[in-house]
Amino acid sequence: MKILVAVKRVIDYNVQIRVKEDGSGIVTENVKMSTNPPDDNAIEEAVKIKESGKASEVIAVSVGEEKAQETVRKALAVGADRGILVKVDGIVEPLAVSKVLQKIVEKEKPDLVFMGKQAIDDDCNQTGQMLAALLNWPQATFASKIELKDKLLEVTREVDEGLEIIEVNIPAIVTCDLRLNEPRYASLPNIMKAKKKPIEQINASDLGVDTKPRIEQIKVEEPPKRKAGIKVATVEELVQKLKNEAKVI
Amino acid sequence: MSRETMQYDVVIVGGGPSGLSTAIRLKQLNSNLSICLLEKASEIGAHILSGNVFETKALDELIPNWKELNSPIKTKVTKEKFLFLGKTKSFSWPTWLLPSVQQNHKNYIISLANLCRWLAEQAEALGVEIFPGFPASEVLYNDDGSVKGVATQDMGIDKEGKKKDSFEPGIDLVGKVTVFAEGCRGHLGKKLIEKFNLNNGKDPQQYGIGFKEIWEIDEKNHEEGLVMHTAGWPLDNQTYGGSFIYHAENKQVFLGYVIGLDYKNPHLSPFDEFQRFKTHKAIKKIIEGGKRISYGARALIEGGIQSLPKMFMPGALLIGCDAGTLNMPKIKGSHTAMKSGMIAAESINDHILSGKDLSIFEEKFKKSWLYEELYKARNVKPSFSWGLILGIIFTGIDQILFRGRLPFTLKHKHADHETLKPANQMPKINYPKPDNIITFDKTSSVYLTGTNHTENQPVHLQLKDPNLPISYTLEQFDEPAQRYCPAGVYEIQKENNINKFVINSQNCIHCKTCDIKEPSQNIIWVTPEGGGGPKYGNM
Repeated sequence: MKILVAVKRVIDYNVQIRVKEDGSGIVTENVKMSTNPPDDNAIEEAVKIKESGKASEVIAVSVGEEKAQETVRKALAVGADRGILVKVDGIVEPLAVSKVLQKIVEKEKPDLVFMGKQAIDDDCNQTGQMLAALLNWPQATFASKIELKDKLLEVTREVDEGLEIIEVNIPAIVTCDLRLNEPRYASLPNIMKAKKKPIEQINASDLGVDTKPRIEQIKVEEPPKRKAGIKVATVEELVQKLKNEAKVI
Repeated sequence: MSRETMQYDVVIVGGGPSGLSTAIRLKQLNSNLSICLLEKASEIGAHILSGNVFETKALDELIPNWKELNSPIKTKVTKEKFLFLGKTKSFSWPTWLLPSVQQNHKNYIISLANLCRWLAEQAEALGVEIFPGFPASEVLYNDDGSVKGVATQDMGIDKEGKKKDSFEPGIDLVGKVTVFAEGCRGHLGKKLIEKFNLNNGKDPQQYGIGFKEIWEIDEKNHEEGLVMHTAGWPLDNQTYGGSFIYHAENKQVFLGYVIGLDYKNPHLSPFDEFQRFKTHKAIKKIIEGGKRISYGARALIEGGIQSLPKMFMPGALLIGCDAGTLNMPKIKGSHTAMKSGMIAAESINDHILSGKDLSIFEEKFKKSWLYEELYKARNVKPSFSWGLILGIIFTGIDQILFRGRLPFTLKHKHADHETLKPANQMPKINYPKPDNIITFDKTSSVYLTGTNHTENQPVHLQLKDPNLPISYTLEQFDEPAQRYCPAGVYEIQKENNINKFVINSQNCIHCKTCDIKEPSQNIIWVTPEGGGGPKYGNM
C-alpha cells in the first residue's frame, strides 16, 4: 500500500503575523516558516502505518514556491520515502491545490491520501474535501484516530458533539486533527539521510492545471484591538455594569 | 540506550558570525574536510540579535566578492550623530570630535541575523553540514582529558526527566577539533573556561545587556543610512550604557539600548530604562506615529582583551564572543567574531594537515589586526568605572591623542555578579507605566519575539540552591532577577503570605543575563529542547 501525504509550508505558529502597511497581504520576509502543524500529524500517521508493515511507501508532496522543498525535506527526515514538489508561485487556492493533487494521485496511484485538516495560514479546510470530490473517493475529515482494517479504514472524527466513528473504503482521503498523534522529532542522522532522498520537481503548468486564483483578495486588515478590561470590586457592581454599560442583561 | 556517534573532521557549536566564518574558511582552505555545525535555534539567525552597524573588514577577506553574491549588506551609513541626553535637553556632539573607532562612514547598517542566514547559504554551498534545532548540551572528553566533541540534547524528555513516547536520544558528534562559537556566555564555553583554567591571570569578564526593537516609522522621520548614538539620560553618571538608533531600509529603524551589567542598584530594571529612554523628546519624535514590529534582548561581552580567556585548549578552540572578542569602544563584535573564526580555521587546517599544536591559534591571533584592534581598545570600558564624565574625558585622551597606545592597561576589578549593593542601601526607582504606544510591558514585548519552548520539558534555568532566591536574594537584593530578566521569566509570587520564586522558563529569550548577574551565581542556564527560544526575524 502506498500513502501520499500533502504538506504545506506556512508561517511558523509562534510568529506574530503582521499585515503589510498597504493592506495588500501579510509580511512574509524575514519570517520563520514551518510545516503546517496538522500536516506533521498526517506524516507521522503515514510513517507509523508504514512502520507497522501495512504500507510499503510514503510519498510527501507539497504545492508551492521553490522553498517549499524544505517542507518536503522535513517530511523525508521523519520517515517519508520520497518527495514531490509541484512548483507554483504566489497564492494557490485550495481548488488549485486539489487539482494538482488529483494529477499526482493519477500518476502515483496511492491507496490513501493524508493531509492536515486545514492550513493555519488561510484556514480554508477545503483541499481534502475538494480532492475527494475530484477523485470521487470517500473522505474522512478531522481524524483523531485511524485504524486500518483490510480494505477499510475506521476513523474517529473530532466533531462538535464529541467523537464520531466512521468507516470508509480504501482508497480514501483522510484529513488529520492535531490529536491524532504526537509527531516525532527529526533526528540528526535521519536529517542527513533525508538529504539523499529524492525530491521530484514538477511545474504545475506541466500538469495542465490552471492555478490562477479564482478569488480576488481586496484587502487584509488586522483585527480591531481589544480594549483593556477592568476589575470590579463586587458582584453588585458587575451586575450593574453589565446592565447599564454593556447592556447585555 | 547507547547513543549514536558521528565522526567529523571539525565540529562547530553555534551558527553565528564566528562559527559560520570558521566553517567557510575551513572549506576554502581544504574542501575535503568534513564539517558539521550545530545551532540551537530552529533556524540559522533565529537567535541572533545585534545592532548592527557592520564593518566589512573581515568579510572582505573571507568572501571578497560579497557584493556580487546578493548579500544582505545594502544600507551604507550616510550620516552620523552623537547625542548627550539630559532629562529634557539634548546636545549634539560633533562627530569629528569622536575617536576614529566610533566613526562609521565606511560601514553598513545590516541585520546580523540575515547576514548569518546568508553566510549559512555560502557555507552549505561549500559542503558544510548545518543542523539548526540541535543544541550541543554536553562536552565529550577523551581519556587524556582533551575535548573529543559534543553531545546533542536528548529530545522528548518530560518535566520530571522521564522519556516521552517521542523520545529521541542525542548524538555524540566527534571531531578532530571542536570549535565553540556559542556567543556571549555560552553554557559549554563557560564550563571549558573553568575546566581548562582559560581565564587564569585575566580580569573578570564584563558583560552588558542589549535591547533591540525594530520600528517601522513615518516616512518623514526616516533617513536611510543615519546612525545615531546617545549617552546620558535615563542612566545616572555611575551606570554604563547608551543607545543606538539606526535607520535601515524599508522605513525601519533599529532602536536599542545597552546597559553594563556591572550596575550597582538592584532596583534598576534595564528593560524599563530602555522603555523610559524612548520617551525622551529627541527619541520620541523619531518613532512617534510608527509601529514597533520586533523586540529582543541579548547579553554581550564588554571585557575586552584584559578579560579575554585563552582561546585554545586540547582538542578545541573557543572563539567569537564565546571567548569575548567584541570591541567595546567600537561597539562592534561581528567583524571581530568573524576574524577570530577565520584565524581558528587557519589554525585548525595547520593542525590537521601538519600536526601543529592548536596553540598556533595564539600566535596567529597575536599577529592579526584583530589583536591590534582589541589591544588599542582595551582602556575605554574600564575608564567608565569612574563614571560617564571622567570616562569620556579619559577616552578622548586615550583614543584621540594616544590612539590606544597609552603605556598601561586599566583593570576590571569585579565580576558583574559582585557589584550589586544591598537593596536597602540603594534608591528605589519608580518607572512610569507603559503607554502601549511608545513604551510597553515585558509580556507584550516577549510576544513579539515568537518565543516558544515545547511544553512538558525540564526547566532549563536551574537553581543550584532552590531556597536561595527567597532566603537570601529576595531579602538582600529584593530579588533583582525580577528586573534584570528582559522577558519576565522570574517572578516572586505571594501564596498564603509565603513568597514563592517562580521561573516561567517558556518565556526565556536565551539572553543569558541571569546566568551572569545573579549575585550568588545560583542560576545556571542550560540548553532547552532543540528549536526552543525566540524566533527572531531580521534582528
